[in-house]
Amino acid sequence: MIIRPETLLRPVPGGLYCPAGDFWIDPTRPVARAVITHGHADHARAGHGAVLATKETLAIMAARYGARFAGSMQALAYGERAAIGGIDVRLVPAGHVLGSAQAVVEKGGARVVVSGDFKRRRDPTCTAFEPVACDIFISEATFGLPVFRHPPDAGEIAKLLLSLSTFPDRCHLVGAYSLGKAQRVIALLRETGYDAPIYLHGAMQKLCDLYEALGVGLGDLRPAQEMMKTPLTREVFKGAIVIAPPSSLNDIWSRRLGDVVTCFASGWMRVRARARQRQVELPLILSDHADWDELTATVAELKPGQLWVTHGAEEALVHWAQTNGVPARALSLVGYDEDGAGERDEAEA
Amino acid sequence: MNRFAALLDRLVYAPQRTVKLRAIERYLRDTPDPDRGYALAALTGSLSFKHAKAGLIRTLAEARVDPVLFRLSYDYVGDLAETVALIWPQRRGANRAPELSEIVAGLEAASKAELPGLVEGWLDALDADGRWALIKLMTGSLRVGVSGRLAKTAAAAIGGVEPDEIELVWPGLHPPYTELFAWLEGRSERPRGIARAPFRPVMLAHALEERDLAVLKPGDFAAEWKWDGIRVQAVSDRGEARLYTRTGEDISAAFPDVVGLLGGDASIDGELLVFRDGEPASFNDLQQRLNRKTVTKAVLQDYPAGIRAYDILHLDGTDLRPLPYRARRARLEDLLGDGRERLDLSPLVPVSGWEDLQRLRANPPSAAAEGLMLKRWESSYLPGRVRGEWFKWKRDPRLVDAVLMYAQRGHGKRSSYYSDYTFGVWRGEELVPVGKAYFGFTDEELKEIDRFVRANTVNSFGPVREVAHTRDLGLVLEVAFEGLARSPRHKSGVAMRFPRISRLRWDKPPKDADRLETLEAMLPG
Repeated sequence: MIIRPETLLRPVPGGLYCPAGDFWIDPTRPVARAVITHGHADHARAGHGAVLATKETLAIMAARYGARFAGSMQALAYGERAAIGGIDVRLVPAGHVLGSAQAVVEKGGARVVVSGDFKRRRDPTCTAFEPVACDIFISEATFGLPVFRHPPDAGEIAKLLLSLSTFPDRCHLVGAYSLGKAQRVIALLRETGYDAPIYLHGAMQKLCDLYEALGVGLGDLRPAQEMMKTPLTREVFKGAIVIAPPSSLNDIWSRRLGDVVTCFASGWMRVRARARQRQVELPLILSDHADWDELTATVAELKPGQLWVTHGAEEALVHWAQTNGVPARALSLVGYDEDGAGERDEAEA
Repeated sequence: MNRFAALLDRLVYAPQRTVKLRAIERYLRDTPDPDRGYALAALTGSLSFKHAKAGLIRTLAEARVDPVLFRLSYDYVGDLAETVALIWPQRRGANRAPELSEIVAGLEAASKAELPGLVEGWLDALDADGRWALIKLMTGSLRVGVSGRLAKTAAAAIGGVEPDEIELVWPGLHPPYTELFAWLEGRSERPRGIARAPFRPVMLAHALEERDLAVLKPGDFAAEWKWDGIRVQAVSDRGEARLYTRTGEDISAAFPDVVGLLGGDASIDGELLVFRDGEPASFNDLQQRLNRKTVTKAVLQDYPAGIRAYDILHLDGTDLRPLPYRARRARLEDLLGDGRERLDLSPLVPVSGWEDLQRLRANPPSAAAEGLMLKRWESSYLPGRVRGEWFKWKRDPRLVDAVLMYAQRGHGKRSSYYSDYTFGVWRGEELVPVGKAYFGFTDEELKEIDRFVRANTVNSFGPVREVAHTRDLGLVLEVAFEGLARSPRHKSGVAMRFPRISRLRWDKPPKDADRLETLEAMLPG
């Protein structure tokens, strides 16, 4: 029987649904069976019946939601196959955060790949993206505008280190999302030979511990909270790096650090107005999402029969694909990242 | 150019004035002539290039980039310079990055036909930050949170002189200011003899707060009407006459009918107004004269401008600023006497007590008075906003409840939010737009309105969204404004002065918003 690839997965309110296998990918509401691409909160929610994901993603969900976040869990290694209701499902690396995967859904020679969130550049904290030829590529487009070209990571880390040497008396407070970005910033710093203690906001601790437990070395990490109890607080944080969630950059907590250079590691920092909105003094353009060049190069490399775009700046990527001979459509799935002022701006980008 | 680009980048993000100052100062110290001079010119707004326009940048970018992608990107970024800087598809193997002085010289010398090729070459040679600086420079608005005054203060720091000393020599100087730097670095004498009719920094007032009245004594203060024009400084010096705005911008060319009014050797502080039969007209009339580089005969005739003077800074070779206001006022009265044609004295308002003044303030004698000014009799004329000396006491704003009709994304700092609002009031069964406002709300309220706009969009036209505005569904905004004038350009026939959002009326259904008749009743005369 010939299967038309567009019948394999259907975009419906709540996410992507596979009618033949009766399962969902990254559903935004509780369902009976879910395949989860990665641990970020807008893709991985608690309360599903059965969850299939990489063991790292399952561990991240357990760390965030507690051990009983779903009725049952099944770990699938990269490349391993599972059959759900007669549909073949495989997870391959997406290069986004630790454990992140693309979901490859196949039946009868038709193959659909759901990218989840992904990037193409090297990341010391996770396995690199693996391209899989397919009939339909379902892509994110968080940075789907040609103004987003992330510069090389090394230059951004160098900017941070240069600022530290220019302002040795000021604490450098780096806003970074607690899953993925924080660990990547730390790992990139360690690669340059920076071996001073790095201080963590309490919200960072659990996931940093989990990364270490899963084999990603992060060096000397210390809870900032402990240091805040001593009378020498301001001395300790002079010239130190503190990593905190973006929401803590301008709150009362950060005032206790003394004179602070507010830094923010995010792809959104490419646009000056965004950095200014956040009152950031040192923007670091570091993203876990593909930039415009990575998105278009991926589509050009895969040459899928069709491109579907889930979320982000869909319109521009769809337009680009169409003018480059790839039939494309925007799915406009809600519940994931939204362009504009969405809270996720500062969260997972 | 890379150094200048890095400076601008640092200035954009540096929140504190002291950090900005230090950054500019360091740049001016470390950068050789003539680059630093051109940078100072750029920061003080002293550069303009005849053929360099935002339109050229746009044309160049659109020739290289798919127009749909360009439009989507510009809509997102909200700033042309930054959009082009980021989107520019660089060609490999371009030339070395040009120096700032090369760029300035090129922009000045290039003909209209040569310019596109020149700029395109630079855009290819520079990185994203360099391209951004280049475009900012060409289009003449840096917007890096630095005033001309701040830049001059940084320059003054190099030579350990007061910023006011720079202001005094400034009008005679031209980019790249090599003689200024030579003086500041002690390599030559102070530039002199060329600075006629200089601008002197103005003294500013604080807004009066109710609790101030409890501690201030009425007997210590003179009161004047606060005129609704623009603050100017008219200077006449050895045959040279100039008119400056309160920030020191020279607007002489746009006001030939005002520049010559003063004569002699004097510098006065006053309000620029359009006069009709010796009385100040509305701000709307004055607006016909603003933002013009030159002026036509017809406009001069229809909108004759003049000055209502309220202070004097300099007279016949003597600096009067150290004198108390009482003495300066006497000198000003001597000079102007009963007033000249379109150059008269702002009259004093008798001060018997705060209650009487409060009553007067609510009912000014002229539509061109927007409240009162209180000046301490003993105050010297000090530059800047000096606490406790001068107060402005504006009349309470007018209020109207209007319905949000359209929203547009903001620019600059608010580029991702719907922050520019068009609102309307009822005329019969339909809403007619009566104004636009883009401030007055808190950051928190901005987010709430933005959420409302996104959830209730019924139509979109490019960056503009039409927001639901029926009798029962819509957002009512309490709008405060200073005055109202008839305007044939607006569909409603009225134009607001200085409108801003004063409150969000989530509690009020649109059908209970105000009607156009309410506004019409507020029109003067």
